[in-house]
Amino acid sequence: MTGVAVHLDGLRRTFGAVHALDDLDLSIEPGELVALLGPSGCGKTTALRILAGLEEATAGRVLVDGRDVTRLPANKRDMGMVFQAYSLFPHLNTLQNVEFGLRLRRSSAKNRAAEMLELVGLSDLRDRYPHQLSGGQQQRVALARALAIEPQVLLLDEPLSALDAKVRVQLRDEIRRIQTEVGTTTLFVTHDQEEALAIADRVGVMRAGRLEQLATPSEVYLRPATAFVADFVGLSNRLPGTVTGDTVEVLGHRLPLVTPHADGAVTALIRPEAIEAVPDPDSTVKVLTSSFLGSLSRVTVSVDDHLVVAQVPSGRLPDLPPGTPVRITIQPVAVALE
Amino acid sequence: MARVIFRWTVLSVMGVFFLLPLVAMVEFSTRDPETWPLLVDWPRLSSEYPALAEGILASLAQAALTSVLMLALLVPTAVWVRLRLPGLRRLVEFLCLLPLTIPAIVLVVGLAPVYAWVNYLIGGSSLTLVFAYTILVLPYAYRAIDTGLSAIDVKTLAEAARSLGAGWTTVIWRVVLPNIRSAVLSAAFLTVALVLGEFTIASLLHRTNLQVAIEYLGKSSATVSVAVSLAALLLAFALLLVLSLAGSSKKGKTS
Amino acid sequence: MAEIAADAPQRVARRPRLRGAALLGTVPFFAFVTIFLIIPTLAVVIGAFTGDGGRGFTLDNVRALGDEYIVAAFGRSITLSASSAIIGAVLGALLAYALVTGKPDGLLRRMVTAAAGVLAQFGGVTLAFAFLATIGLSGFVTVWLQEHGLDPYANGVWLFELPGLTLVYTYFQIPLMVIVFLPALDGIRPQWREAHVSLGGNTWQYWTRVAGPLLAPAFLGSTLLLFANAFSAYATAAALVSQGSPIVPLQIRGALTSEVVLGQANLGKAMALGMVVVVAVVMTAYSLLQRRTARWLG
Repeated sequence: MTGVAVHLDGLRRTFGAVHALDDLDLSIEPGELVALLGPSGCGKTTALRILAGLEEATAGRVLVDGRDVTRLPANKRDMGMVFQAYSLFPHLNTLQNVEFGLRLRRSSAKNRAAEMLELVGLSDLRDRYPHQLSGGQQQRVALARALAIEPQVLLLDEPLSALDAKVRVQLRDEIRRIQTEVGTTTLFVTHDQEEALAIADRVGVMRAGRLEQLATPSEVYLRPATAFVADFVGLSNRLPGTVTGDTVEVLGHRLPLVTPHADGAVTALIRPEAIEAVPDPDSTVKVLTSSFLGSLSRVTVSVDDHLVVAQVPSGRLPDLPPGTPVRITIQPVAVALE
Repeated sequence: MARVIFRWTVLSVMGVFFLLPLVAMVEFSTRDPETWPLLVDWPRLSSEYPALAEGILASLAQAALTSVLMLALLVPTAVWVRLRLPGLRRLVEFLCLLPLTIPAIVLVVGLAPVYAWVNYLIGGSSLTLVFAYTILVLPYAYRAIDTGLSAIDVKTLAEAARSLGAGWTTVIWRVVLPNIRSAVLSAAFLTVALVLGEFTIASLLHRTNLQVAIEYLGKSSATVSVAVSLAALLLAFALLLVLSLAGSSKKGKTS
Repeated sequence: MAEIAADAPQRVARRPRLRGAALLGTVPFFAFVTIFLIIPTLAVVIGAFTGDGGRGFTLDNVRALGDEYIVAAFGRSITLSASSAIIGAVLGALLAYALVTGKPDGLLRRMVTAAAGVLAQFGGVTLAFAFLATIGLSGFVTVWLQEHGLDPYANGVWLFELPGLTLVYTYFQIPLMVIVFLPALDGIRPQWREAHVSLGGNTWQYWTRVAGPLLAPAFLGSTLLLFANAFSAYATAAALVSQGSPIVPLQIRGALTSEVVLGQANLGKAMALGMVVVVAVVMTAYSLLQRRTARWLG
């Protein structure tokens, strides 16, 4: 099965005076997994529900495989959907849930449903009822149910957010594996940046009903198009700087810019991993706090009344107890401005 | 759109069905213009319809005493069982809900011999019905109080109070009771409403109360009996309406 | 502080004494319930198997339940309870559904549920008089209909018979249905409809394959509760029906009030036991269905 292309074209959705979606354009390539990422209320779920046909757009078009489906009712759209939680029919067991969509189509259900259960690794639990399954298992069944009807597009609406951290990571990787295997074009909505970066071919960062940036995970992380993206994706230091020409000077370091900016005073957004803290007895800058986070650790120092967070390998943490004088260096990676 | 039409059709048809009897009672009881003025004129009422006046007084006293007995019996027991005897909770719950499966008419059959003893020991006053009524309201009162107790952590509250030096009576009176005030109030309201509407047991144990008096009056003076019915009904309405509106607004706040 | 030093054996030894002291606190409750609930219940059960002389085990009373007029009374009681339960369940479910299609915290819904809470408790003499004032022989609606050339009682007065009782009973059955069925309707999650739609289902299929099967146990259970409610009711019928004893509770009244003359007290107890058995069976089925509902729609 090969995926189809999806285009959201100038989508608008207003609730009274609130613009849930404000002229959203989004293209998903055949077989691609795009994650929509953003804070709650940014319109990402609205976009997914309009694509599913569960909500109507105030203006704009939805194209699937070149066909305009904007006015098509949800039950004719051929989209598999996985909800946040509790979407399994409680009166049906695992197998019956997966067969459900197939039975509606009167197609031979048994084999396809069994295949799908195998795909998500739940063949053994085919006779269990939803209340006998864990949250992670329920979501796998929901995924199998959505894929069983061989949908043109797979829609995942925060499918992992109701699960424990550990199960979340496992299931995330598994969703990616299955999606790659079946090749269905997929839209994945989440508010968790780590999840989005880990699972998607491309990540669309949304804010107030608009796309701020649509790019590969590494691009979004390393070259955030706007301050909002830099801030929302990963942790950033906000440090004062001065732009001259195509560079910005921050704490005595000259750094390249992501996008050109007029000369003058600015606030630069710099990732903790671009900042290094090295013990230096001559420095006046001192470590305020240091926190152990696993393989990497963070130290906070105060430079001219600005808090600067730097990431260091945990092996070096014992050398950096609070009070240690340190020297700060910034790697010359491109910087976004606020 | 179809939904909106369906919704309003159902609501208006039901509205008419449920309002019609009430409207009819108003109409019926005002056919004789003297009826309502009579009801608010207590001295005249009690001289013209002594049985009715007696029934009203009996019901009010029964309602008050049943509330007191119910609370005195149920609150300490429910709290105590939660705190010290959790193993007994199922039994207490079972006993309290048992009257739901025993129709009042059946209870009367069994109560008749018990009341023969009550007559013998403390006489045949209509107030003795309070014992039977306490059983009758047990399921409703228990549920109300149990819900109230479930909403607070009785055990921790009690342990905190005990660690500060409170005795068990202080724990129940000054710590638990103030925290389940609304539950106690709703149990009492339900009790009053149920007792004011009770007919079966009073009538068959040959004691008087409001409903018995109304029924008796219905044979001679239909207008007055309908008027009194309406008045009693409105009182119970007001009580239960206040109760359920207070309950639902509170639920809205916590959720 | 000395208690901290207390060792294990001592603790074990002290426990029973404490438990005994704790039990004392529940004595008033258990004593009261024993006298006014357990003993009456036992009196019914034992009385049902006791001869009218007051002594000796007998099956006469239970056998008398097979008498034609008692069987007929049970039949009418069951017919009345079943018909008022089914009518009440269907209409109450419609009303409850009309409520859930509106705003969940809307004023209308709160008013209607509050009113239902009141009306479900409404019964007895006042309800009987309300209907007498409405469709009694000189009732509001009767008079109005007669003025317009329609006589509801052209074929006989049915208000004091089973059809009349059924009508009057629906007045408290519908509100009771609203109260017990509303939580089940609230338990239907919007995700199910959306999942169903996204899998390609239409409205008809939603009701027949998802919502219908999910609500069926709740609906059936609620109907059983309504049945038990009607079956147990006495006061309404007693105030409405003054001649004859068409249903079991009125038969029991007859047995109770005429006990001096005919010595039928223990037959009354046998009928009471029969009622308890019917109610117990129905309520057991109700709680089984309720358990399933709680699992699906809780």
